[in-house]
Amino acid sequence: MSVTVRIPQPLRRFTENRDVIELSAGTVGEALEQLERQYPGIAERLRESDGQLRRFVNIYVDGEDIRFLNGLATELRDGMEVSIIPAIAGGGAL
Amino acid sequence: MALTRDVVETETRSYVTGLRCRLCRATYPEQPVAICEECFGPLEVEYDYEALARVVSRERIVARPPTMWRYWELLPLTAPPRVGIETGYTPLIPAPRLGEALGLKNLYIKNDGVCHPTLSFKDRVVAISLSKACEFGFETVGCASTGNLANSVAANAARAGLRAYIFIPETLEQAKILGTQIYGARVIAVRGTYDDVNRLCSEIVYTLNWGLVNVNLRPFYSEGSKTVGFEIAEQLGWRAPDAVVVPMAGGSLLTKIHKAFAELQRLGLIPPARPRLFGAQARGCNPIVAAVKEGREEIRPVKPQTIAHSLAIGDPADGYFAARAIRQSGGWAEDATDAEILAGIRLLAETEGIFTETAGGVTVAVARKLAEQGYLSPEETVVLAITGNGLKTMDALATAPPISIAPKITELERVLRDFSEGGSHS
Repeated sequence: MSVTVRIPQPLRRFTENRDVIELSAGTVGEALEQLERQYPGIAERLRESDGQLRRFVNIYVDGEDIRFLNGLATELRDGMEVSIIPAIAGGGAL
Repeated sequence: MALTRDVVETETRSYVTGLRCRLCRATYPEQPVAICEECFGPLEVEYDYEALARVVSRERIVARPPTMWRYWELLPLTAPPRVGIETGYTPLIPAPRLGEALGLKNLYIKNDGVCHPTLSFKDRVVAISLSKACEFGFETVGCASTGNLANSVAANAARAGLRAYIFIPETLEQAKILGTQIYGARVIAVRGTYDDVNRLCSEIVYTLNWGLVNVNLRPFYSEGSKTVGFEIAEQLGWRAPDAVVVPMAGGSLLTKIHKAFAELQRLGLIPPARPRLFGAQARGCNPIVAAVKEGREEIRPVKPQTIAHSLAIGDPADGYFAARAIRQSGGWAEDATDAEILAGIRLLAETEGIFTETAGGVTVAVARKLAEQGYLSPEETVVLAITGNGLKTMDALATAPPISIAPKITELERVLRDFSEGGSHS
């Protein structure tokens, strides 16, 4: 499936400053693996060593948070848009 | 560090040492950035507490004007504040009549529904973040908002002569839209939820040179919420309460009140204590409450469905930290249905003469549940954080039309008889 992946600014140093990447993948997880093949180093910014998404990374497929879908196993169809967006948080106690 | 007492009184200096990632501990210089480049964790302002301990004292604080800036050393500014000079120091009100209804003998209301200038606690975070925006040289500012923040950014930006863009979900209450446009702010309604708005804003800061208070200015913005905790402690006579009930949207206010009490203890301004933090959400948007009750760290986002629009954040940015602060402090969390929220608004109004918005109804309703469940004890000092004003969410309330009479004393006497028979007039 040919999909577009939107790259947030903090990750563009991995993608030669490109903000949109076209790639072919059947699921969100596969899209991340494809990204890593094209731009080594990017995946470890997104996933923990156990493969789970980092706590403050959110991924949306056509505007929907993948936590409402099927997580990294969310299936992709031709023309879908995958957005990687850092969650924003403000901190906490000492 | 060669500061004399006189110098500190007349010019602001910063005790900020930089920003630090809450997750991986990476450090950054002070700049308008909210997330860690390494792990996307949130950045937090760090202070030189040793230096602070030498200069901060109760005597110096109480000698200053009654605003949030009396605690300026604990806020991240490097120049005197330029926005919201009069903001903060809202009343802490003993609430014996509400306390009687809830079975709490030492109950207080921290009433930010009368905060200057836009009647919500958001005036505090905007005062600090727009002052910071001026320091960083931004000419355009803005926010993603569920309403109260929109009002406050718009008003404070107008007074500071800054251009403001306000992004709101298009379902927002009319009063909050009007209360934003009136200040000349450019209001943009986004088709979607608050989370969609927030997502758009997180992309904007990488595209445009704007200071969005709750996005790239967020580390500074959220520090403003600490002043709620500072004031509560000072107004109680320099001590922490036993418990605080705090409404949660993104979860930041609760974590910052927790931090405020910890800082005051660390600086020796209040005796050691372990105030318990209690989080309140609407049943229709309760991701943090659910995490606390189920004992899990992960916050599962929800699609909000509640009349408490100001708390309708389905993917709370600080949810993880709020749940942790609740757990660490020995507190708990509860939620309230829309019917309970409306009853909470009425109860506060009828017992203490304070008309709060739907978020305040959530707080009162949750306090009632926590007292019933034994999480709050009758003799404890309990503070409810009331964060907004009921005049902004009147659409949520339906009231019966008032009794109409002819201008005759006999008609009034007939009505008064009806009241006493119905038992509703006392």
